[in-house]
Amino acid sequence: MLKIHCPYCQETREEEEFHYSGQAHIARPSDPDSCSDEDWGNYLYFRKNPRGRHMEMWVHAAGCRKFFNVVRDTITYEVEQTYLIGHVPRESTQ
Amino acid sequence: MSNNSYATLEQQPAIKGLANTPLVNVVRGAIPGPNPVGIEEHDDVGHLVLRGDATLLASAVAEVLDLSFPDQPLTSCSRDRICIRWISPDEWLVTVPGNETFSAESSLRHAIVGHAAIVNVSGGQTIVHLTGEHALDVLMKSTCYDVHELNFPTGKVITSTLAQAQVIIRRLDSDQFELVIRRSFADYIWVWLRDAAAEFGVNG
Repeated sequence: MLKIHCPYCQETREEEEFHYSGQAHIARPSDPDSCSDEDWGNYLYFRKNPRGRHMEMWVHAAGCRKFFNVVRDTITYEVEQTYLIGHVPRESTQ
Repeated sequence: MSNNSYATLEQQPAIKGLANTPLVNVVRGAIPGPNPVGIEEHDDVGHLVLRGDATLLASAVAEVLDLSFPDQPLTSCSRDRICIRWISPDEWLVTVPGNETFSAESSLRHAIVGHAAIVNVSGGQTIVHLTGEHALDVLMKSTCYDVHELNFPTGKVITSTLAQAQVIIRRLDSDQFELVIRRSFADYIWVWLRDAAAEFGVNG
């Protein structure tokens, strides 16, 4: 069971209250009409699947119902930090 | 909002018998036991969801409801039967006595200046109070949230899961809790709570 800190409720809550919402920081091509098929395909379909530090979105589904970003280690499952949408994560301390 | 036209509906007209509690079909009554838990529905309550900017809503809430505004996460403010709870950074849940719902909604609409939303959700949820020495034990069986007094003092409001259904829990006192539950889960949660409290007994 993960313990996740919700930056809106400002509390650490059980994983049961949250839902995973995919990889974070996926930038939509600024001009879709002129971007290449490959760029569009990468944006639409291709996701990272790293072994280690991963930035992902979660939603506090049973709580405040807000989306936020989480840095999680996919090997140890350790939640390193959580931060607001539109912000960048702090540098890893490890 | 005061100068805009809007349509509101008196959802709880004075005609008796139109509205039923979602717990109309459940089994009530006492279960004998050593130290019974009180499980009591409070259905004569109007629920209003306020959405918008905190600074915008705070003055209207102070003016209309005579309450200070819970702008900090997981806090609530109450007076008599009126209560406002923090739900999310842009959402608050107000409860008023059932027969004051329409007037409270209308007054808030007039008092709020700017972009905000007020929705009467009285038909979508109901309130159950848990009381007694073992109310805490019943909650500990049912929710993943840490309801110990150090973490969950009187007046604190949290939205979490109760038997995997969404619930808003507010601590009223050291052994009194208020659960705001969804209409569609109400009978399930009622049965769950009675089952969880059966070992202590239930005051019907």
